[in-house]
Amino acid sequence: MNNWIDLLIILLILSNFVMLGSSRLAVCIRTLAIQGILLGILPLMIDRQDLVLHTTLVSIGALIIKGIVFPWLLFKVLRRIGIRREIEPFVGYVPSLFIGLAGLIVSLYIGSKLDFPAPESVADVIPLSLFSILAGLFLLTTRKKALSMVMGYLVLENGIYAFGSVVLNKVPVIVELGVLLDALVAVFIMGIATYHINREFDHIDVNRLDNLKG
Amino acid sequence: MIVFLLSVIIIVASGFAALVTRRSNSLSTFLGVGGVCAGSLIGLIPTFNVLIHGSRLSLHLPWHFAWGSFFVEIDPLSSFFLIPVFGVSILTAVYGAGYLQHYRQTHLLGVHWFFFNLLVAGMAMVAVAGNGVLFLISWEVMSLAPFFLVTFHSDQSKVQHAGWVYLVATHLGAIFLLVFFLLMGVNSGSMDFDHFNPSGYHHLSLLFLLAVIGFGSKSGFIPFHVWLPEAHPAAPSHVSALMSGVMIKMGIYGLFRSLVLLGVPSVGWGYVFIGIGLISGIAGVTFALAQHDLKRLLAYHSVENIGIISIGIGIGMLGLSWDNPVLVVMGMGGALLHVLNHSLFKSLLFLGAGSVQHASGTLEIEHMGGLLKRMPITGMTFLVGAAAICGLPPLNGFISEFLIYQGSVYGSMFLEGATVGAMPAVIAGLALIGGLAAICFTKAFGIVFLGTARREKGVSVRESRLSMKIPMLILSALCLLCGLLGADILKTAAPVLNMVTMNRFLDAIPLELIKAANSLRSVTWVFAGLILILTGLIFFRKWLLSKRYVQEGVTWDCGYIRPTSRMQYTASSFVQPVTGFFRNILQTRNIVSPPHGLFPTKVSLTTKTPDVFEKKFYSPLFEGTKRILFGLRWIQQGRIQLYIAYIVITLIILLIWKVR
Repeated sequence: MNNWIDLLIILLILSNFVMLGSSRLAVCIRTLAIQGILLGILPLMIDRQDLVLHTTLVSIGALIIKGIVFPWLLFKVLRRIGIRREIEPFVGYVPSLFIGLAGLIVSLYIGSKLDFPAPESVADVIPLSLFSILAGLFLLTTRKKALSMVMGYLVLENGIYAFGSVVLNKVPVIVELGVLLDALVAVFIMGIATYHINREFDHIDVNRLDNLKG
Repeated sequence: MIVFLLSVIIIVASGFAALVTRRSNSLSTFLGVGGVCAGSLIGLIPTFNVLIHGSRLSLHLPWHFAWGSFFVEIDPLSSFFLIPVFGVSILTAVYGAGYLQHYRQTHLLGVHWFFFNLLVAGMAMVAVAGNGVLFLISWEVMSLAPFFLVTFHSDQSKVQHAGWVYLVATHLGAIFLLVFFLLMGVNSGSMDFDHFNPSGYHHLSLLFLLAVIGFGSKSGFIPFHVWLPEAHPAAPSHVSALMSGVMIKMGIYGLFRSLVLLGVPSVGWGYVFIGIGLISGIAGVTFALAQHDLKRLLAYHSVENIGIISIGIGIGMLGLSWDNPVLVVMGMGGALLHVLNHSLFKSLLFLGAGSVQHASGTLEIEHMGGLLKRMPITGMTFLVGAAAICGLPPLNGFISEFLIYQGSVYGSMFLEGATVGAMPAVIAGLALIGGLAAICFTKAFGIVFLGTARREKGVSVRESRLSMKIPMLILSALCLLCGLLGADILKTAAPVLNMVTMNRFLDAIPLELIKAANSLRSVTWVFAGLILILTGLIFFRKWLLSKRYVQEGVTWDCGYIRPTSRMQYTASSFVQPVTGFFRNILQTRNIVSPPHGLFPTKVSLTTKTPDVFEKKFYSPLFEGTKRILFGLRWIQQGRIQLYIAYIVITLIILLIWKVR
């Protein structure tokens, strides 16, 4: 069943590139939803032989929260603040793609060097998760809109989740669920904060918030 | 020990109570001051107990803190320093209650008392802490609380500046102490003082230097003294009294404590102390001469007196490393006595300065004059303090300086070798310090209290309230008492000296103490005679004048028909010959507009004496640091994305470096 895992990994990597290269926020949110669903399926694929209860539980939870709840919340915020696209990020979309490519190479390099006790079948998940983390951090650093930054944070979180999925049957379920809950609360708070920033400042450009700086 | 902890708890708790009840100034003042008084009185019980019996009280509790344990111990050394901590705290708190009445409409006094009580408790805990971590925590409490006390008038930019200077200076000092204790702790495997074992450590002199800089910056050794002349004038007077009288002595306590921890000193350390002492003493008093601000002047005198104490310690250390108990008793004993004496007369002088400031609304010496007639109690007590700080008999300042003199005379007469050079230098230095101090206080007392008022406002000046007068009266009585009972006080220092010398001269020290006490006692008899003769002369004068017609005239008459108050010596003109002599050190700036024409109308002279060390050393140092750091300002853009980028770059570099 390695083919299925590889397919999932390739789809996830491609979705990351979509996140990096798309200016439309709606597209980004939809991509994020797809990413969440794919991530929810991933652990189920890996642990097909010994499908234990808690893996299933966490996977379904992730699928619901990442695939449905987050996009719904983000769409809600998007509608309320009424912006469509991320204009003029610090790094343009085409350079972003190239940097993403470089990040992928770096992740593959680190992943090949990293001595990690994982079964052969899931070895490719590690570069994927590293790449997602890097892509998320890159989005966090280069996007101006608070909403895009929230999405960057979620991509980063997805990367961490993918990494966790490799070792899922070693991590207690309570920890895994706790992480999911953390992310949920974080998105809630950021959604509310973004809404209020928009109301106070008439924009959500984070780089223009520095007039509060001492 | 429980009693002692109870007293600290009372002080802290009453501080919190004052903070909670800050809405009502009278209630919070009552709680704060009452707590300090009650707590200090309770704390004095175990303190005297230890000092008289020469025993130790200790308490050792485990503590969930890295390397920390709640280890407190009152040994003779702690108890000797605890006496001024508790005693002076009571008096300054009572004084402060009266002093702050003036501000009860404008300030929240509860906040002030909260930090005041914290300062007292912090000092008490510093003196008893037996663990490095506990010591540093107490030290920080003791160092941070004064920042909020100094900035009582936080709306004045000068006061804000003083607060910052204090804060920076105290923290720079604390860094050295942190390193000192860490090195000690790492070296001996425990932070408890009784486990400290420096014998295996090769760089003892490094530890010594760290202690000197760390504790010296609290005490005000030159060149670490810059915060004193800034912070003391800015603070309310009872706070300056407590800080100058007691808090800077905790630095001296720390030095004594680290000497105990470090073991037998090498000869060089003694010379370091003597050198620092001479520089601090002479430079301190010289700068004091040139000041026009009464409290700034007193602050420089604190530097001078810390110098004298340091000279005493230096002589004692030389005695310790040469196995000479006479020098130890004279030097260390003199230094310890001077700690006690200075805490009395310096707080007395600061309280007096506070009364003067309260009454005349200024600290500028040049604007005062003739206050003795309007404030007789303040004037007389200030005179007692001034005579004591100059080291004049029969007051307490004399006996401690006398002991240090005796030590250096003994050293230069009966010892051979390297001392021959150092001891006469000490004698000459002490003589110079004493002479200059006498000039300086002649100026301070003469200009402020004698003559006639130099400003219109001086006429309406009134004596301060009772709660301010009583502490000053008690302190001046204590100054006289300690001067007369010097011999007996010195004897109680025996256990302290035994501790500092690590019991190396168990037999010799009491013997030498008795000898020193006897010589002091013979001096006391001379004092008594002197006092008798003086009283006799006063009565004789009264008797002579009783049958004659007595007329009172203006002080500075000069044969004019209508003399004005401007025809008096000013403070700067009085000391001009001396400041002129030291102009290379002082670097006084004179701004003169000289008289022109046959009938000159407007003439003025302004003199400014900034602190040379601050101007020539610290300002360029901090300016340079600021310039370098401003060069790095581009890192701080205030953009969240950039900060995340820093984290990302660091993470990637670390990751690649790790898997490389």
